[in-house]
Amino acid sequence: MSATVPPSSDEPPAILLEHVNKWYGSIHVLRDVNLSVGRSERVVVCGPSGSGKSTMIRCINRLEAHQEGRIVVDGTELTDDLRSLDTIRREVGMVFQNFNLFPHLTILENCTLAPIWVRKMPKAEAEALAMDYLIRVRIPEQANKYPGQLSGGQQQRVAIARALCMRPKIMLFDEPTSALDPEMIKEVLDTMVGLAETGMTMVCVTHEMGFARQVADRVVFMDRGEIVESGTPAEMFGNPQTDRLKLFLSQILRGH
Amino acid sequence: MSAAAGDPRLAGARRAPRRRMRLSWSDPKLRTIVWQVVILGVLAAIVCYLAANTSRNLSARHIATGFGFLAQPASIPIGETLLSWTPSVDTYGRAMLIGVLNTLKVAVVGVVLATIWGTLIGIGRLSGNWLIARLTAIYVETLRDVPVLLQLLFWYTLLNALPGPRQAFHPLPGVFLSNRGIKIPLLEWQPSHIWVLLAAVVGVVLTLLWRARAARRQAMSGTRPAVWPIGLLLIAVFPVAVWAALGAPFALDVPALRGFNFRGGGTITPEYAALTLGLVVYTASYIAEIVRSGIQAVPHGQWEAAAALGLHRGFVLRHVVLPQALRVIVPPMTSQYLNLIKNSSLAIAIGYQDIVSITGTMLNQTGQSIESIALVMVVYLVFSLSISAFMNWYNAHIALVER
Amino acid sequence: MGSSTTAATAGATPARQRPSAARIGPAAWLRANLFGSWASSAATLVLLYLILRAGWSFIDWAVIRAIWQVPAGAHGPDTTICRQAQGIGACWAVVGEKYRFILFGFYPYAEQWRPALVVALFIALFIVSGVRRFWRRELALLWIATLVAIGVLMWGGVLGLSYVPQNQWGGLPITLILATFGLALAFPLAVAVALGRRATSLPAVRLLCVIYVELIRGVPLITLLFMASVMFPLFLPQGVDIDKLLRAQVAFILFAAAYLAEVVRGGLQALPKGQSEAADALGLSYWQKTRLIILPQALRLVIPPLVNTFIGFFKDTSLVLIIGIFDLMKSGTVAIAEPAWQGLSSEIYILLAVIYFAFCFSMSKYSRNLERTFGRARNR
Repeated sequence: MSATVPPSSDEPPAILLEHVNKWYGSIHVLRDVNLSVGRSERVVVCGPSGSGKSTMIRCINRLEAHQEGRIVVDGTELTDDLRSLDTIRREVGMVFQNFNLFPHLTILENCTLAPIWVRKMPKAEAEALAMDYLIRVRIPEQANKYPGQLSGGQQQRVAIARALCMRPKIMLFDEPTSALDPEMIKEVLDTMVGLAETGMTMVCVTHEMGFARQVADRVVFMDRGEIVESGTPAEMFGNPQTDRLKLFLSQILRGH
Repeated sequence: MSAAAGDPRLAGARRAPRRRMRLSWSDPKLRTIVWQVVILGVLAAIVCYLAANTSRNLSARHIATGFGFLAQPASIPIGETLLSWTPSVDTYGRAMLIGVLNTLKVAVVGVVLATIWGTLIGIGRLSGNWLIARLTAIYVETLRDVPVLLQLLFWYTLLNALPGPRQAFHPLPGVFLSNRGIKIPLLEWQPSHIWVLLAAVVGVVLTLLWRARAARRQAMSGTRPAVWPIGLLLIAVFPVAVWAALGAPFALDVPALRGFNFRGGGTITPEYAALTLGLVVYTASYIAEIVRSGIQAVPHGQWEAAAALGLHRGFVLRHVVLPQALRVIVPPMTSQYLNLIKNSSLAIAIGYQDIVSITGTMLNQTGQSIESIALVMVVYLVFSLSISAFMNWYNAHIALVER
Repeated sequence: MGSSTTAATAGATPARQRPSAARIGPAAWLRANLFGSWASSAATLVLLYLILRAGWSFIDWAVIRAIWQVPAGAHGPDTTICRQAQGIGACWAVVGEKYRFILFGFYPYAEQWRPALVVALFIALFIVSGVRRFWRRELALLWIATLVAIGVLMWGGVLGLSYVPQNQWGGLPITLILATFGLALAFPLAVAVALGRRATSLPAVRLLCVIYVELIRGVPLITLLFMASVMFPLFLPQGVDIDKLLRAQVAFILFAAAYLAEVVRGGLQALPKGQSEAADALGLSYWQKTRLIILPQALRLVIPPLVNTFIGFFKDTSLVLIIGIFDLMKSGTVAIAEPAWQGLSSEIYILLAVIYFAFCFSMSKYSRNLERTFGRARNR
């Protein structure tokens, strides 16, 4: 299990999963998962559907609770405790497959909602911050529209800006491009590449192997609830060790 | 799921551990317990307060509590009853039972008629004939938007405005319409009739067995023996044959005018007729819409797909369209049946003695308001729960058939 | 499209060629829609005969042989001619004589502009609430303000209005008050119950909400009204007494809340799970999430079924007649209890039906339009 080896650094990792287990009823969906993500590290998680990769990423900000093992995020252990939950949710931003923008709020209101209500930021300040990030994802002119008026790619970029407005230390991406039409994938990936260049800690579940090659420090391959293999993109794609990864890669490549 | 056989996620050697609780306000489990205790506590306090007030009020008014009064003789005059009733001799309990039966009498007949009438109207709304479609649409629109109570009062007035027995309408032999109600001839019950009934039951059972056999034969050989001629023989001809063999016992009790009123025959009272008619006509307007949307919910592609397979229309209707339409129709239909039963409580406004009306009288005579109202509520809850249980079963059944 | 509409409505016509002159125009329409087949033609003719016959006898009764006015007698109007015409012609004089009483009951005659204004206020409130542009928080304030104004107008005692005790109120305002206050006050309770019913982490609260909703929905409204009229007085401390209308209103609120709670629950269920997850991921607390994300969307979703439920309440208020409250139905039936006007129930029932129909039909028409716009928005 080479996955547990953190990159050479003295400071504690941004995310640490130790012997994490999770069950849905009697189905064992996460089996002894160990993973450590260093600060500013960018990790891409891939694997066939039902491999537990989304469940794992959702455990990191506790949209789902793990039942065994330890998850430490930014020095705070995730437990039932509501205070630790509040802390983590502030520090961890998340982008969903289906964007999950709030359709009854404008783009700007989507972005300012959490800073105002969770961070208790004054409205003017929150709006300035939101405009700042909307400029960064290159859609400031849409600020007063509603999500339903935007294309999928634009919506997903708003979702990224919305998460960034909480000034998170860590960003989680749960298949951010798989609900998009092919011509919109690039604009979202470009935004994510730009974000990676700022030194953000990122964990990204995706099948975009080009993106993985370009930005990932490490690729983690999951299958049937466990981490099977991990390494740099070059190692993983150039010289896969396990049969399962070889099979997966052949299927992915055939699909393209 | 065959691939899952080797899936280690299903190995099941290890189970999820149980969580423990900590004594801290930020523990969600503790928080939920505290919340629930607070909410339930407040409610319990309110209930205790009301109960204390009630018992004080009751003792101040010298009203005894408990259900003992049900065994006391009741002096309620009951005009319409399925059981024998002697005022001041029979008990309140029996009066309530009569009320329940009277409610059921309206409910059962009402549900059946409303379903038939509503389905006709619903199909009429989809008719290619413009006049039929418009008229049924107007029917639905108008009746839905006028309170059912007003409609009941209207029908009751109308039936009471019929002429007296001497000038009664006489549309069919043996049938009289007057302000005393509708008089109909009744079949006189004779002991040998029981054999005819038994023969009919046996016929139904044998037909079902024959159908099962036909299905088995079809599965084995591919050809299906005809079911309906045998069924007709067993269900219709067989009981008639039994009846004839017993000497064809038959006598009608025909109503006839004697002086100022009718003698003999069966009576449908104006109260019962107005209540049933009003409820059927009103509920049918809702059922029509349910049937219409149910039929429209089945996409036209289903007809086309089935036709492309070479199936004929009757078969497609029975095996493709109806099961899908029923899945849309049954849940809202259930709530309409429940509404009809609940609306039958409006009987009190036109003087039909259903459970609510009889309990109302009982309440006035005994002062046992809490017990009386609680009993009525229990009766209706039993109706509601049993209908929804039946409909849930039926829903699950047609969901299975579809698969 | 264009000229193909006739062919499309005919449906059964098998060929889809260009319509010739014989297939458009009124004759073709008649053939397609009224005389399409033997069965259809027969149905058309039978129905036409019945309509004409029934329509003629109704017009004969309601217009031609109707009596519009009665002469004044020694003790009030002289209704002899109405009695003679009974069953032959309608006596609309009763409407002219009694409409003020039916609409406003025993409210002091000189002050009846007040309940009339109340009715106007109610109608205005409904119309304003129906405009989608006004669906925002301020609408709730408008409701509160209007309902307060209605209370002031009815009771009086302030602003130079004379005090009118509640037992003199009657007619249409009572019906509107029961339905509208019932809806307005039941609504917060309904939202709370709907949320409680979905609170998976609070099983006891959840069970309580389920029992409440199923209990109320399982029994007829009339039993709840009986409870209000005979049981509520027992619940109160000795010496405290609340009037009949208020008790009926309480029962009505409890009744309405159970039905509304199911409507609201439908809206909550229709909301995608991702909305709640996104709010969680942003760190919003349960109450922030509910108030800012869940309820605004869920409530907007349930407006059409909400209107339909309200139509039901409006009709159901007529049941208070049975416990002797002076609503529109009751004042109608009392109006014809007077010996001079006895037996003229058809005329009064028609009047009442028209009033109820006018309210319910306009609301249901509105709700169907709304459903269509909502459906279109969702399909887009």
